[in-house]
Amino acid sequence: MSAQFSVGDPVHVRAAYPPGHVRTPYYCRGKSGVIVRFCGEFRNPEELAYGKYEGPVSPMYRVRFQQNDLWDNYSGSPDDHVEIEIYEHWLEQVI
Amino acid sequence: MTDRRRHHDMGGLEAGPIQNSEHAHEPWEKRVDAIKALLSDDRRKLVTTDELRRSIENLGADAYERYNYYERWISAVTNILLEKDVLSVDELGKKMAEIEARQGNRAL
Amino acid sequence: MSDHHDHGEFGMYEHDPLHKHPAQPDLEDTPLTHHQIMQMAVADLLIEKGVIEADELREQIEFMDTITPARGAALVARAWVDSDFKYRLVADSKKAGAELDMDIGPTPILVMENTPKVHNLIVCTLCSCYPRFLLGYPPDWYKSRDYRSRAISEPRKVLAEFGTELADSVEVRVHDSTADMRYMVLPMRPDGSEGLSEAALAELVTRDTMVGVTTPKT
Repeated sequence: MSAQFSVGDPVHVRAAYPPGHVRTPYYCRGKSGVIVRFCGEFRNPEELAYGKYEGPVSPMYRVRFQQNDLWDNYSGSPDDHVEIEIYEHWLEQVI
Repeated sequence: MTDRRRHHDMGGLEAGPIQNSEHAHEPWEKRVDAIKALLSDDRRKLVTTDELRRSIENLGADAYERYNYYERWISAVTNILLEKDVLSVDELGKKMAEIEARQGNRAL
Repeated sequence: MSDHHDHGEFGMYEHDPLHKHPAQPDLEDTPLTHHQIMQMAVADLLIEKGVIEADELREQIEFMDTITPARGAALVARAWVDSDFKYRLVADSKKAGAELDMDIGPTPILVMENTPKVHNLIVCTLCSCYPRFLLGYPPDWYKSRDYRSRAISEPRKVLAEFGTELADSVEVRVHDSTADMRYMVLPMRPDGSEGLSEAALAELVTRDTMVGVTTPKT
């Protein structure tokens, strides 16, 4: 177990745009949020999708974002949030 | 629409009002669902969820407009079975022709 | 509860589960589509090759027909009458389901509790992931481009289209089912339901309340 992040840590989602199968939604890339749950360790879907079943597992988290940070003209309350499952290799420490 | 964003990744795009729609699943749709479930089980492990997702994404943007949900699923599952050499293009072609002939049916 | 559960649909397959000779189209008068023929060919070939068995296919379909939103509703109703159970359900739905002899399947389902301060809503923007082992097949609207695009970025407008209006003081929390978890909403027990039995409470818990687009009404 080598989870790099803990609940409460602020994190930044990498702004990367590779082709291929990716489970990090476009709308959260380059945005910042907070870890709210450690979900366990899983095979990377970017490898699983191509039939690579065997290999290392890595940590996956639920990350909470403020709606106002995701959209320019969010119409709801400033307290509204989105939560997304994100694999560790998509996350960077906020310094 | 930027090329950096893949077509299936639609969160936050403009879209219309939600049509509160549903339909009873047809028998053929349930069979597609069941085929996928069996191929994914621990005993067979032929089609993982991520392989199915990848295969559906790779049907292209057009598939989302023209195919319904289970049409995408059976297309994607079939492509994975072809990739893994579980089925061949030739035997599929022959079997489909046989079924059409049996039905006296020209496919739509 | 079983609003998309079809009765008698498999009558025609009782003796002939896989359209074997003579073939039976799903609807007598409608020509088969290309994809329906593809499905039949794939099933036939997988059975001929021994990859799957005809009985397994039939049993899997029958199994999915038993999975209806009544399962999720039973968990919610129990949580409404037993706060210790609610705690266990939110902490670990697989273990809590087992207490009701319910197998919630191989994929973890996280139960998100609505409170006077937080309203939860479920979507899958990348495909159509859904807590199938508790709610059955997803409805068409859940899989639609309109819902997948808008539920994440304008949830209050989407909720209003389902007739659900929330005060600004209530936080709307949208869960995007992107990866290895699935989500189900634990709605709030409605006012006026005080005297109801657990079974009667379960009747108030519709599928849509467990996706989070509506709230239970007495």
